[in-house]
Amino acid sequence: MSRRMRMWVLATGGLAVAVLLVAGYARLPHFGGAVHPYGERAVSAALARHTANVISSVNFDLRAFDTLGEETILFGAVLGTVVLLRQTRDEREVPPAPAEVAPPVRRYALIMLPVALLTGLYVVAHGQLSPGGGFQGGVVVATALHLLYIGADYRALEKIRPVGTYEVGDAAGEAAYLVLGVAGLLGGSAFLANTLLPYGTFNTLASGGTVPLLNAAVGMEVACAVVVLLARFLDQAVEIEEDNGSAMGKES
Amino acid sequence: MTDALTLVSLLLVAASATAAVAVRDPARQALVLAVLGLALAVLFTVVQAPDVGLSQLAVGSALTPLLILLSVRKVRRRGQHEGGDR
Repeated sequence: MSRRMRMWVLATGGLAVAVLLVAGYARLPHFGGAVHPYGERAVSAALARHTANVISSVNFDLRAFDTLGEETILFGAVLGTVVLLRQTRDEREVPPAPAEVAPPVRRYALIMLPVALLTGLYVVAHGQLSPGGGFQGGVVVATALHLLYIGADYRALEKIRPVGTYEVGDAAGEAAYLVLGVAGLLGGSAFLANTLLPYGTFNTLASGGTVPLLNAAVGMEVACAVVVLLARFLDQAVEIEEDNGSAMGKES
Repeated sequence: MTDALTLVSLLLVAASATAAVAVRDPARQALVLAVLGLALAVLFTVVQAPDVGLSQLAVGSALTPLLILLSVRKVRRRGQHEGGDR
């Protein structure tokens, strides 16, 4: 295809997308309007099931199946990363040398580590009550652990982070969500239906039926998934090197 | 008042997103991306979506830049080794 032809194809496609977007936006309700049909229904459904954070009610109750799909996307992505970034035959592992860390950086990282870890766990635990939840808190927990890499060095991080355990945790979090879904099917009415547990007292930690449990399962899955993901990337960036012998063999 | 806040955060998002595209060095791009994540988190909070704001803060301004920086380091290290062999 010539350059001119390609530009025409691009222009046609761009124009079609633009027309569709404008047509779609033109029929949207106005920004900040007073009528929210979906919002009102979601809020009343959340209140009926004693879930203070309506977003968590949408994520883990009204659209729990949707969240299962999202959780599985992350699980699959991490699985793919583990397979792609494994140490291959023509690569070798070079243990990283202990790194010098400036004292203020070390102090800041070591003070922030427990604070960030606690914040992450708080966000996971209070997902059904306040903004946040398993996904947000899980990412915070996982990144908090990596402050040890900034404050000390990679070997210190590797000691507190046995990757195998986190891989099992990742799978267990994913499995726990599925098991809770099947429990809803067997003991209640439908897959992932929130009819199994009492809804509890509004605005307490144990309220919302299965919402806190599903939230905790996602928290565990996401925290472990991010730790495994970063571990694979860190291994590649810090430890794994291409074997010189075979690299030269390939070139010649 | 809220409209002004929304406008300011929208402009902030537009500016940092443009900067993220304009910067050519991937390592710097990762840092600009972190700033863009922060701006988006502010925007989401202003339009009353704190849940999404938190996700954006955790993923967009911490995790994604970190993954990009690690990838850049890996690519550069490989480049150095090949340079040494020749």
